[in-house]
Amino acid sequence: MARSSTIPARAGVGLKAQHYEAVLDGRPDLGWFEVHAENYMGAGGPPHHYLTRIRRDYPLSLHGVGLSIGGAAPLDEAHLARFKDLAERYEPGLVSEHLAWSTHNDIYFNDLLPLPYTNETVVRVSDHLERMQDVVGHRVLLENPSTYVTFRESTMSEIDFLKAVVKLSGCGLLLDVNNVMVSATNQGTAPEAYIDSFPLEHVGEIHLGGHAREDDDQGNTLLIDAHDRAVDDAVWRLYDRSLARGGAKPTLIEWDNDLPDWETLYSEARAAEQLLEVRKISGRVPPLAKRRRAHVAAG
Amino acid sequence: MAEKGKVVSAAMIAGAVALAVSATAQVTPASAQAKEKCYGISLAGQNDCAAGPGTTCAGTSTVDYQGNAWTLVPAGDCLKYGVEETTADFELPGDRKGSLEAIDRDLPA
Amino acid sequence: MSPQADSLAALQQAFSAALRDAAQPVPAPIAVGAEGPAARGFDVYRNNVAVSLIEALEAAFPVVLRLVGADFFKATARAYIAEEPPRSPVLLLYGRGFGDFLETFPPAAGVPYLGDMARLEWAQLYAYHASDAAPLEIDCLSAVPPAELGSLCFVLHPSLHLIRSRWPVVSLWAASGGAADETDIDMKSGQEAAVIRPALKVETRLLPPGGHDFIADLMEGATLGAAAERAVERDPAFDLAVHLQGLFEIGAVTALLPSGPDTQTLQ
Repeated sequence: MARSSTIPARAGVGLKAQHYEAVLDGRPDLGWFEVHAENYMGAGGPPHHYLTRIRRDYPLSLHGVGLSIGGAAPLDEAHLARFKDLAERYEPGLVSEHLAWSTHNDIYFNDLLPLPYTNETVVRVSDHLERMQDVVGHRVLLENPSTYVTFRESTMSEIDFLKAVVKLSGCGLLLDVNNVMVSATNQGTAPEAYIDSFPLEHVGEIHLGGHAREDDDQGNTLLIDAHDRAVDDAVWRLYDRSLARGGAKPTLIEWDNDLPDWETLYSEARAAEQLLEVRKISGRVPPLAKRRRAHVAAG
Repeated sequence: MAEKGKVVSAAMIAGAVALAVSATAQVTPASAQAKEKCYGISLAGQNDCAAGPGTTCAGTSTVDYQGNAWTLVPAGDCLKYGVEETTADFELPGDRKGSLEAIDRDLPA
Repeated sequence: MSPQADSLAALQQAFSAALRDAAQPVPAPIAVGAEGPAARGFDVYRNNVAVSLIEALEAAFPVVLRLVGADFFKATARAYIAEEPPRSPVLLLYGRGFGDFLETFPPAAGVPYLGDMARLEWAQLYAYHASDAAPLEIDCLSAVPPAELGSLCFVLHPSLHLIRSRWPVVSLWAASGGAADETDIDMKSGQEAAVIRPALKVETRLLPPGGHDFIADLMEGATLGAAAERAVERDPAFDLAVHLQGLFEIGAVTALLPSGPDTQTLQ
């Protein structure tokens, strides 16, 4: 097949049905697209019609949202088979899933639910990732989650957990910078410190998205991973910080709710591309690194 | 297949097919009677990895048959289609009574 | 299963029980720095689950939503989700049982056609995501020797779904979308319809009398002769030519199978 599968270290966009026509009509200059795998697990119809056409011109990343990698129960083999079929059909350049669970006792919650970070869950998640990689036939990138609670029984940090899973399963990582911002704010930790200690050498893809903010009466801030607006300035800064240390990576703009028109979404991708270009051309470390040194010196 | 006792003979079927293919059949009222299209635009998928809005909406009030949340009336376009608004009481599981009367109370958003 | 494996399962059991029942407290394994924020954080998950599934139903049943209004729909959707939560991570066809649920849901009793409306909308959803297949033109029948027509079987389109209602549910559906004039609707007459997606667009077609049962027989594998025989038995005025033309016109036939000795016929 002539079409390319490899995802370049450029900006991509999460493909939504509302933008099919704009993409096919305009053929925007964009590195790649990503879709949520479960939305293309129907037998036929318009979703496959459009995705097939768009895939002819762009590399594609398959992002699973429903495998329940962190579930206590074994993976749903029927769902894995559907994922494999989809991967064979569309030849994705990247395949990813979440550090989360979403199914329990066969009920699917349609949300990415949090895990305690223990040795037990390291083994469980790694087993499930190995199974997924075996069946789907791709190395899987595991995404750090947005979390709103933590567990008493956690015995290690999220980063140590991810490193252990990488070692055990051979998976890669998907760094969602917005999730870093959301989780760190909700847990009262420093997002910069998280970025600085993240094993970027294992990162195959970066996600950027918008979040919502809720302040309660006591002045506590809760960030919510709503994907309903433009990427926050603080998230752009964290992103550039990760590029400065880890170099350019394929970077996705996620926007799932309150969708804007295609032009607005595309301009977010262009903004990411500009930061990527700086890293690719200069290889040097412009202003943000200075800020980082200042931060380290100060803190 | 035995033709014996059949109402529709092979010849009748052949005749009907010939008529249908020749397009001289009267297609009123036919299967094509009302051609209604829907989903002219693309249907969005329902799986994504985003969170819903905030903390105070549908997930945090209880769903059961006890609350006043069930004193609901359909409030959309339906009543103009000739089905009269009902205000009769209805039985709920466990001997509780509900009512279809509209009341002035906040519903779960 | 090791004792360790049990602990993760137990945690997820407690977590999911509290997700499904807002009256339950925040599960014990969740760290509580300060009581307030932990409960607030857990509420984000409760909310995500409820809102995302309600939105899935709103997207799948836009006419039911319009008919009953947003507040009623949300409350009804929550009751349905509590009773029939998704059993698959693929939500494309979630809501299959919504019509049956509405029919037995006391607050909806005043709108008796709501269940059939939900079944119609689910059929449209099903057709949207069904397998693709190219419809045949009716001319293909000319190539079949006349004597073999009666023993022919039709392979019908994978998206084809039949609807029968004692209410004018198709007219109500069309009126709700502004495609038909609601003043013409006779609430006393039932309707039969075929929902199909011959290419990219889902189409909803009213069927003439006898059409539902005739097509249903063909779908179950009856030969053309057997289906026609049964249709005439039900109604001597059944016009096979009209129904055949309609069947091909809506794109319902995708292949012809010459009947072999083991071909299923309806008896």
